[in-house]
Formats: sequence, structure tokens, C-alpha cells
Amino acid sequence: MKSKSSRNRGFLPGFGLTMGYTVIYLSLLVLIPLSVLFLKASTMSWGEFVGTILDDRVLASIRVSVVTSFLAACMNAVFGVLVAWVLARYQFVGKRFIDGIVDLPFALPTAVGGIALTSIYAENGWIGQYAAEWGIKIAYTPLGIWVALTFIGLPFVVRTVQPVLQDWDLQMEEAAATLGATRWNTFIRVILPHLLPAVITGFALAFARALGEYGSVVFISGNMPLKTEIVPLLIMTKLEQFDYAGATAIATVMLVASFIMLLIINYLQWRINKFDAAR
Amino acid sequence: MSIEVVNITKSYKNFTALKEVSLHIPEGELVALLGPSGSGKTTLLRLIAGLEQPDTGAILFHGEDNTNRDVRERQVGFVFQHYALFRHMTIFDNIAFGLSVRSRKTRPSKQEIKERVHLLLRLVQLDGLAHRYPSQLSGGQRQRVALARALAVEPKFLLLDEPFGALDTKVRQELRRWLRHLHEKLGLTILFVTHDQEEAMELADQVVVMNEGRVEQVGSPEEIYHLPANPFVYSFLGRVNLFRGRIRDGKVRLGEAEFETEWEHNSGELPAVGYMRPHDVEIALAPGDGHFVQARIQHISPLGPIVRLDLRRLDTDELFEAELSHQRFSELHVEEKSTVFVKLNNLSFYVESPAATTPRPTFLPIQASF
Repeated sequence: MKSKSSRNRGFLPGFGLTMGYTVIYLSLLVLIPLSVLFLKASTMSWGEFVGTILDDRVLASIRVSVVTSFLAACMNAVFGVLVAWVLARYQFVGKRFIDGIVDLPFALPTAVGGIALTSIYAENGWIGQYAAEWGIKIAYTPLGIWVALTFIGLPFVVRTVQPVLQDWDLQMEEAAATLGATRWNTFIRVILPHLLPAVITGFALAFARALGEYGSVVFISGNMPLKTEIVPLLIMTKLEQFDYAGATAIATVMLVASFIMLLIINYLQWRINKFDAAR
Repeated sequence: MSIEVVNITKSYKNFTALKEVSLHIPEGELVALLGPSGSGKTTLLRLIAGLEQPDTGAILFHGEDNTNRDVRERQVGFVFQHYALFRHMTIFDNIAFGLSVRSRKTRPSKQEIKERVHLLLRLVQLDGLAHRYPSQLSGGQRQRVALARALAVEPKFLLLDEPFGALDTKVRQELRRWLRHLHEKLGLTILFVTHDQEEAMELADQVVVMNEGRVEQVGSPEEIYHLPANPFVYSFLGRVNLFRGRIRDGKVRLGEAEFETEWEHNSGELPAVGYMRPHDVEIALAPGDGHFVQARIQHISPLGPIVRLDLRRLDTDELFEAELSHQRFSELHVEEKSTVFVKLNNLSFYVESPAATTPRPTFLPIQASF
């Protein structure tokens, strides 16, 4: 056994070293902090835990967070594909500039984004004033939260879909055309199925990011309990009131929810990727 | 269905892919477009399919103008070099695609589609693989799926772009034989692109030799091999030796050798070239009748059934090759550095056109007696 493993060693040795580092790294940064979270939450009795979670204010904030994050991720899934399509398929002046802009929500401190969005979408802002004429309030409503979450989630879908589109074999489209498929049919039946795994990944990333987003949302949401209060803010509030157990209880729920979502996404990926499994 | 290409010119940003190409593909024939890469053969194929638009000229299917018709309406079967199968669909769905995307009115029923797909799967000898994905198939199998997919829509004719280019030699030979058989069975017009002269010769009824965006010659494999229209065709169809010389009063001089030809123009001395296949070179230890020149053996490469000799002419210093059967070679008892007599046989002479007004040198073939 030993001789076999030494014979199979690659040109770059160091499995032990790199693996050890990976385990320590992940433990210190991810596993230990997360398990402490559970530990902290377990100092509460079950009754207290359920009581904290089922509080009206907590439930309302979870609803606001999940609904706005989901809708923002949906928005990004559609328009992210569009942006990726434009960037991958066409040559035009300023393409590199637009390509760079896509990453801005990554690079910008989220608070800056939040303040900028608030000033534009507030009732006296550039866009907010026209929306107000129509009787639509954007800032300080769930609509505003959705705008902020769409902003911070934009790069995820674009950056996951773009490489897939760049590697796309144009001959498949041509093949579909010679077989008599209309453009719409070609897009729906040939191109979209190929993009779907990347779109779902991007959607999941954008959704997860939106659920945890704090910086940009607190400015535009107005933070009204039961109406525009998001989960991360509520956790923050509880911490400021030294209610550590309550904060960790909510955090635990979010953690479990994230886990379940990851599982679902992975399952979907596996289902869709079946055709590539044999490669 | 016959295909007529009339005066097609196609240029891209900085080069012209096709220059006034005209071509007639008769119904039911298996035709090869043969040429080196960049000769415009694939462009021509894509133009016929409607995947590209010509700058000028027309494309007719069975006398009907199709130049401005959309690729979707041309009903052409096209097989891509790298198959372009839909990776996320099973083999069944790939083959059924062309039928299932039809509008509701013209779409066959599910049962009809199923029957048709299974019929095609049997035709391409892949029944039993209907529910696999393309990634689970070998290259040769994928190629056959691509063919079945193209045949499913009952195309007017088949266009194949380097159909066997990406396959290894053995599979390639099998598929060639199979395609030939398929052609006999279906009687469909098939036009395929290849850069492999052997493939073209073996498969095609007619070979269209292309170079630099032009058609150099159209003919049966026999014709283009034995009566090549110009030096390009001659040298593209196999190994070749080239001897440079001059022509005067109907006599071609290549070094010490002189040949009588039927050249009748009396326009002084002109450059001429003589081409000769290595297997036509005859080697002897003593000069006999005919055009013998002396040469020294530079290198000997035994290649199984034949032996190839690299030779240098003593009179002109030109290098050339000879191919002998192994038996003849051992009879000769020659080795490297030995000097032998070489009979120049079966040369094809071309004279650079005296009226060289065209930018491209034109060559006129002349007959010589041996």
C-alpha cells in the first residue's frame, strides 16, 4: 500500500501539507465559529428558543428578508443573463468599461451603495420624485430593500453565466437553424438548457448574499419593525440590547435555512448536469 | 436534387474567401470539395447551406433560386466537423429535434417521430443507444448521430464539413465505406468537404479541387489524377517531383534531358516545369533508351512494401524522390552515396502562359511523347 502511494505521487508533492492547511483553515474560519453559534443557542431552553423565533417581529423580518431576497435574485437571474449575453456575444465600444462596472457592487463598500441608492430613490431623489408622482414610494419600503438587494446581487449571475456563454459553440445554433428551428426555439430548447446550471448557481449566490446583506439595506429600508426590518438588522438590534442568546437563536435559524437551500441547489445542479456526468 | 452555384464571390473583412466560383453538382452524386485549408471549400459549403450570405452570385437548388432564402427554409442537411450535437439531449431527442421543432401543423405525431427516429437509428447502426447522451458516445458514433439528425428532416441533399476530420484512421476508413454504402442506398446528393486527397478519391464520384478561393478543376478521381489541369492539382494529389527548365521550338530542356512536345507556339524561350510522380521514376545501373540522367542517392527510407530514395541530379543539382518496390530495390544492390542512372518518365509539362497578363501565373498543360 505504502509503495503504491509513493509510486503514484505526482510531480508536485505536498498532499499532506495542503490538506492539513485546508482543514485547519476551514475549521478556524468556518466550522468552529458556526458550531459556537449552535452552542450559544443551546444555552436557551427549547421553549425560550421557540418563543424568540415565533415572536411577531422576528417572523415579520424573516418574511421581509426572504421575500425581497428571492425577488431580487429572480430579477438578477433574468437581467444578469441579459447582461452576460451582451458582454459575451457582441463587440462594441465601451465593452470593457461595462464589463468593469458589473463588478462595482462587489468592490464598493456596501454602505456607500446604500447611501447612493437612498439619495436617488428617496421621494426627493432623481428617480424617487418621478416614482412619487405615480404614487410609488421606493425608499423606506420593501421595494427599496429589493432595489438594494438587486444592486448587490447583480455580479453573481453575470459572472457565472458569462464564461458559459463565452465557451458556447455557435455551431450548435447553426445546427438548430439547419434543422429548421426558429430563433425562439433555438434559444429555449438549445441555449437555455446549457445556461441553466450557471443561472441557478448565480441565483443561489445572489439569494444567499441578499439574505445576509446588511450595509446597503439599512439606509434605504428605514428599518421599521414589522414592515421593513430585515433579519441581519434584527440580529444586530438584539446584540445591542445584550440579548446574545436571542441573536444566536435567529442566526441559527438563518444558518439552517442556508444549509437547506444549499442542499436543494446542489440537488438541482446534479439533476440538470446529468448529461455531462459521463464526460 | 441538383445544386447550381453561379459566380459566387464572398469576402470577409480583409480577405476574399471565394472569387467568382461557379459549380454544378448533378443530382444524386457524391461530390468532394477538395483543397488545402484556406481554399474556401468550407465557406462554399456554408454558403450553399445558407449559413453565410454571398456578396454576389446566386445559388440554385434544382433550378430554383435560393440565394436569399433563410437557412431554416432551405431544407438542407448539414453535418458539422465537430458534430455540434445538443449535449443536454439524449440521442433520441437529438435526432427528433428537427421534427419536434416544426410548427404544430406540420409536426408529425409523437408516434410517427418515434418510428422515424428508430428507423434512422437502425440506418446508422446505433439502435439501442437512443437514451444515451452524446458525451457517452465515441467520435465515430457521434458522427453517425449527427448524420441521422440531419437525415431526420428529409433534406434535399446532405452537406458534410470535414466529416471524418476528427476521427482516427481506422474509424475513418470504416465510416468512409459506410457513407459510400449509405449514398448508394439513399440516392441522395451528398457534397462533402475534405483536405484529404485519398478520402476524396476513394469516396467521390466527382472531385472539385479548390485553391485560394477558386475552383481549379472538376472531374472524376481518374481525370484529376491522370489529367490534372494545372501544377496545383498535380502536386496536391500526391507526392511530386518538380524539375525546372525552358521550352523552345517545342522542345523542353530539363538539364541534360530533352523532350519533344506538341507545343506549337513559336514565341521564343519560355520557362517550363516538368512534374513527375516518385513511383514513375525508374532507376537503373546503366543508361538505356530514353531520357536518362545521372543522380546520386542521398538517403534511403524503407517504408514497408516500398523504398523511398532521396536523389540529387548530377547535372542540375535538383533534389527529387523515387519510390521503388522492395523487390526492385534489392535487385539493384545500391546504397547511400552510390551513383545511378534515372529514367525520367511520364512527366507532365506545364508552360507558364506567354500572355501572362493575369496577376496569377497561368499554366498550360502540354503533351509530350516518351
